Amino acid sequence: MDFINIKHVNKVYKNGVTAIYDLSLKIKKGDFVFIIGGSGSGKSTLIKMLYREERPTSGEINLGGLNVARLRNSKVYKLRRKLGIVFQDYRLLPKLTVYENVAFALEVIGAKKDEIKTKTLKAIDLVGLKSKTRNYPTELSGGEQQRVAIARAIVNNPKLLICDEPTGNLDPDMSKEIVKVLETINKEMGTTIIMATHDREIVNAMKKHVIALKDGRLVKDFEKGTYDNEVV
Amino acid sequence: MKLFRMFGRNVRDAFKSVGRNFSLSIASISCISITLIVVGLSLLISYNVNNFTETIKKDVTIVVFLNQETTSEELISIKDEIAMFDNVATIDIKTKDEAKKEMMAESEVFDATMSTWPESDNPLRDSYLIKVHDIEQINDTVDKIKNFEKVEVVDYGEGMVEKLVDAFKLVQQITIIIVVILIVVTIFLIINTIKLTIFSRKREISIMRLVGASNLTIKIPFVIEGMLIGMIGSIIPIVVAIYGYIVFYDRFEGQLFSPLIKLVSPEPFIYIVSGIILLIGIVVGMFGSGRAVRKYLKV
Repeated sequence: MDFINIKHVNKVYKNGVTAIYDLSLKIKKGDFVFIIGGSGSGKSTLIKMLYREERPTSGEINLGGLNVARLRNSKVYKLRRKLGIVFQDYRLLPKLTVYENVAFALEVIGAKKDEIKTKTLKAIDLVGLKSKTRNYPTELSGGEQQRVAIARAIVNNPKLLICDEPTGNLDPDMSKEIVKVLETINKEMGTTIIMATHDREIVNAMKKHVIALKDGRLVKDFEKGTYDNEVV
Repeated sequence: MKLFRMFGRNVRDAFKSVGRNFSLSIASISCISITLIVVGLSLLISYNVNNFTETIKKDVTIVVFLNQETTSEELISIKDEIAMFDNVATIDIKTKDEAKKEMMAESEVFDATMSTWPESDNPLRDSYLIKVHDIEQINDTVDKIKNFEKVEVVDYGEGMVEKLVDAFKLVQQITIIIVVILIVVTIFLIINTIKLTIFSRKREISIMRLVGASNLTIKIPFVIEGMLIGMIGSIIPIVVAIYGYIVFYDRFEGQLFSPLIKLVSPEPFIYIVSGIILLIGIVVGMFGSGRAVRKYLKV
């Protein structure tokens, strides 16, 4: 069975703008998927619907057995514990150290103290920030901050990692580092990764599953795709 | 076990947060303090007014005069019958001889005239002094007493008593309304000040939601924080209420203007009021912050 199954999803915002038209797609477990498209293509809306910040106007989204579209506000945490989310702007807490930021994700779900410690250190090690454990986010470079955000997203061993333009604020070298970290996570932990991006080089270099959106419609769904100018 | 661990963490976080957002916490705390002082004051006043009302009500006496033909046996039997009425609290007999002696002792003029009266020919009347449970039903009770054949006159300060009862009712209602309004205003003020504290932590809340904290987990630290703010905020009002009332009570020697208006004695009274103030502070703080955080739990 597919890990993510999206069926005939439409999304109309309150102001009348239609962001997604009749979108259906499937994503397998352990897949590494790029969602590409220009501004206004609907890729952000699609990402937001996956972690239930937005709800589809109609249609169904099934994620690891959860009916995301019908999830009540008070039950959203059940979905969020199954996935990790990484944003373009990192969203770290400035008053907490790297360690505390990562541990925060486990603390709020009520994990045990020693469990928090081992998992947090393991996640920080995986993204290669072992030497910066005690630093504050402001003392780190953009790429390092994004790696902290990734560590926080994977510390709970999620089945799915959603990345919304994770390299949007980074220069090409740092972007490559981030993608490398994501690839490692995908291979070593078997985490399904969905990454929205408009970084052509990365998509072309990786040759992964590519989903292209244009004006809210699915225009391309290739197993080993590249960033195609004609389509996007 | 998990619940216990989370609770410990929440209490720790609440203390941390009050310390960290010190200036905002001070704003909320002083806001609660000021309103609680006013609430405490009106509690003290309304309780005293109630107390005064009750004493006055208890003092209202129905005086029943029996006619001259009443024998001493009838005096007892009618008394027993009246004592059976639901609303009658106590009934005492004042015989005409007792009344005569009382009057003679009261004034020299009465003494001079009354001492000439022969013992067997006393023109005064035997009477009952009756106290009732519920002053609002005094009319019914009086009507029932009037039905006795031997009863000549019933006097209970008709009209005056009703006016007094109405006036007290009004005072009671007004003080209750004032207290309720103040509490509602306090809740709104607290919701607003805690909203400010929470606004500065919007980012933290949204990240908590994103990493999978349940709404309850997010809410509890804020509710505990509100409770803490309410508790701290009620310290000054409690001190003010206790010392203020003791000083006031001593200064006026337990009565206001006349011995008729007695103040409630401070000993368990101020502790009860303090308890109420603390309770209002805690409940209002919890409620306020619980409401305030709700808005941010929708992302």
